[in-house]
Amino acid sequence: MTAVVLAHFLVGLTILAVGVRVPRLAVSSGVVVLLTAFIALIALARRDEEIHETWTWIGDLGLTIDLRLDGFAVVMGLVVSGLGALILAYAAAYFDHDRTFNRFAGVFVLFAGAMTGLVLSADLFTMFVFWEMTSLFSFLLIGLDDRSEKARKSALRALLTTGMGGLALLGAVALFQVEAGTTSFAALAESPPAGAVVNAALVLVLLAAFTKSAQFPFHFWLPGAMAAPTPVSAYLHSATMVKAGIVLVARMAPIFGDREFWRWSIVVCGGLTMMIGGLRALKQNDIKLLLAFGTVSQLGFMMILFGLGTPSLTYAGVAHLVAHAIFKAGLFLGVGVVDHTFGSRDITVLSGVGRKMKWLAALAVANALSMAGVIPLLGFATKEKALVGLIDSDHYVGGLGNIALVVVVLGSVVTVMYTLRFISGTFGRRSDAVDSDVRHRPGWLLVGPIVLLAGLSIIGGLVPGVLGDLVRGPAKSLDAAAKGHLVLWPGVNAAFLTSLGILAGGVALWRATQRLEWNRTIPINGERAYDVVYESVLSSSRRVTAVSQTGSLVVYLVATMTVVLAALVVAIFWAGDLTVDGLVIADSWQQALIVLGVCAASIALVIVRHRFVSAAMLGVVGFGVAVLFALHGAPDLALTQLLVETLTLVVFLLVLRQMPRRFDPSPSWVPRVFRLVVSLAVGAAMTFFALQVFDARTGTSVGEEYAVLSEPEAGGRNIVNVILVDFRGFDTLGEITVLAIAAIGVMNLVRMAQRQRRIEAASADEVVA
Amino acid sequence: MIGKRLTVLDEADRWLFRALMLVSIYVMVRGHNAPGGGFAGGLIAGSAFVLRYLAGGILRVRRSSIVNPSRLIGLGLIVSAVVAAVPLLSGDPALSSDIAKISLPVIGTVKVVSSSLFDLGVYLLVVGAVLTVLVHLGSDPLGDGT
Repeated sequence: MTAVVLAHFLVGLTILAVGVRVPRLAVSSGVVVLLTAFIALIALARRDEEIHETWTWIGDLGLTIDLRLDGFAVVMGLVVSGLGALILAYAAAYFDHDRTFNRFAGVFVLFAGAMTGLVLSADLFTMFVFWEMTSLFSFLLIGLDDRSEKARKSALRALLTTGMGGLALLGAVALFQVEAGTTSFAALAESPPAGAVVNAALVLVLLAAFTKSAQFPFHFWLPGAMAAPTPVSAYLHSATMVKAGIVLVARMAPIFGDREFWRWSIVVCGGLTMMIGGLRALKQNDIKLLLAFGTVSQLGFMMILFGLGTPSLTYAGVAHLVAHAIFKAGLFLGVGVVDHTFGSRDITVLSGVGRKMKWLAALAVANALSMAGVIPLLGFATKEKALVGLIDSDHYVGGLGNIALVVVVLGSVVTVMYTLRFISGTFGRRSDAVDSDVRHRPGWLLVGPIVLLAGLSIIGGLVPGVLGDLVRGPAKSLDAAAKGHLVLWPGVNAAFLTSLGILAGGVALWRATQRLEWNRTIPINGERAYDVVYESVLSSSRRVTAVSQTGSLVVYLVATMTVVLAALVVAIFWAGDLTVDGLVIADSWQQALIVLGVCAASIALVIVRHRFVSAAMLGVVGFGVAVLFALHGAPDLALTQLLVETLTLVVFLLVLRQMPRRFDPSPSWVPRVFRLVVSLAVGAAMTFFALQVFDARTGTSVGEEYAVLSEPEAGGRNIVNVILVDFRGFDTLGEITVLAIAAIGVMNLVRMAQRQRRIEAASADEVVA
Repeated sequence: MIGKRLTVLDEADRWLFRALMLVSIYVMVRGHNAPGGGFAGGLIAGSAFVLRYLAGGILRVRRSSIVNPSRLIGLGLIVSAVVAAVPLLSGDPALSSDIAKISLPVIGTVKVVSSSLFDLGVYLLVVGAVLTVLVHLGSDPLGDGT
């Protein structure tokens, strides 16, 4: 099972690396690996025992990659690999075989691997890892046409939105790990934790699911993602990735779905998503966007089914998930063929498509009617099941079930309306337009997958019992109580009458609104809200940077010193004991002499106005301190200090020769008195602090311990060096890394300045010439 | 080059450069048992180059450094990081040191500690960093090699 996931990554990376030279072989190997995954999943699922594979990643933190092939994982995995193979084969005919296509094929296979891993995940952490991968690959696929600004912008928008959800999921992982000690779905189900922290984690889970599955108010990124080529939209943004949030909710709802806030958020957000998606689909002229908003609407629908999580709704949810993947992918692929054949996706331009391509129209209409829930197609059977579940749900969730039912009925009416708009707009004739011309006849590779998917919609509708039996196990793997079956003719009952009502209402309303002109734009929309948030984050961060990073040395120094001062004052008074015991003026006359010299140099350093003299005085201070170290019996420190001082002085001089010889007059806006007060206060506090510290030791010095261990443990008699390279070797590694970065930073700054000067010199020469 | 060329510095450079390099290596190697170590050794080597710079300018420094200074930084970092990581292979925590006693003819028994290699990385990196800063800040404002 793990091998199945890894095979995707291996093939995907290979395609990216070398596929561009052998495009046909590359795409075929992609199709082969997806088909193999499809067959392997079936074979693995037919074994008697459930397969469960665990790989320890960071054992100390309890992080494992945990994959489990339960029924739901099988169904989702089959959707991912089966549709993936079909759509990749379709894409081979859809694209020109250029560099972009190779990138598409490689990332497509990588995505399929990540998505397979996601549906197989047996714990929240594993799911998070694959979740982030799918966001990333989705970003790459939306932005496939990297020369289009719109595509890049849409890709970024999708990435930021789903990335925010990914962070929320990470937060949920952490909270569950801390609170329950596990993120495994099975372990959580066994003993569900409760409490405020768990509720917070669940809010984060919902946030993650809502962003990924394009639920209100995060639905805006999905229509934007239609900047991607149609095969990408058909696969990621209708059949698979956008279902990740649904999968997450499906896994969590049986465990935690009995909370009021969970149910209400699901019904409110899912319901709004279903309505808004449907209503906006009604206004689209681009049939691909129409389908995208339709997908948003359907995702809201499925969110309600899984989120309420009653036994029959879970069953209906799994069934509808499959039905939706089939008909929506088929519809997208159909749109791709129309686009490919007639060169347009605009329903105000397309005309007479149905006449010229009768077969294609018939196939697309079959899928569309499945979407609308018309008997005898697959979508009818699954939606019927959902209605039955909702009508019975007040037994489990009380009045909320009725609200959900009303929302779903209204949403379904709108679904019928946009289905009609799709069919008539795409395939009908317009009186005011000439019939569209056939530019390229689609090959069998383009039509084949649609035939297959439409066939599934029709056959699945005629003999729904087959799918009905297949999804029962998967539904039970989510919730052992899940039950139900799919039928072609349910008999005249409440749900059936509701279905008829929905169809009649949808048709009637569609006819009525045909005469209306809808031009009113909705004042609040997600894209604009996103743009406002995005822009204001950028501009406020610019403002914060402008305030906090003034580039003025005086401001930096004053700020740093004030903080140091405050910390010292707090620390000194915290200690309470303000007396200084055992004060010795000096150990020896040499010491006193050196200290006096250092003090004199410090004062001179501040007073002189000449930069070189200042630097030299700084050197005197440094050398004086080095000698103090030596006097105190620290030869290592003294040696290093001496060498560092020497080199620092040289570096100082090298820099100073580029600068004016004298200091600038001090800036008037920071009064001299103020700076003087701050400096003196910091100096006084530091002195006092240093005196206090001598008395403050409570434990034994670590030095003594190191001194004992140095020779036997690390084989060295020089403790300072042993500490540096052995006991605290990690610190040293960090420090030399910083040193390396600093040196490279100096290098780049100098080179940048040199280039700038060369450019200026060159342009000055031109002016002269 | 700063100011006029001084014969004193020229002579000092000629005699002291090699001596300083030797001293720097000596200081690095003895560091485990006596004052010194990779950092101090690296700084001494760095000051040898500073002397050379003061005597002969940037060109002489460039001529005398065999490797590109920024590569030296990378090399040092890699050596230290690899030495730190090697114990992981045998399941020990990173940076565990290993002590080996090798008996050599004439010299006698020499104790070799793996963390000395770590110090070698520090040495290389410090030399590289000093040289990088020297070569760049010490070059002329246009940086065209004069």
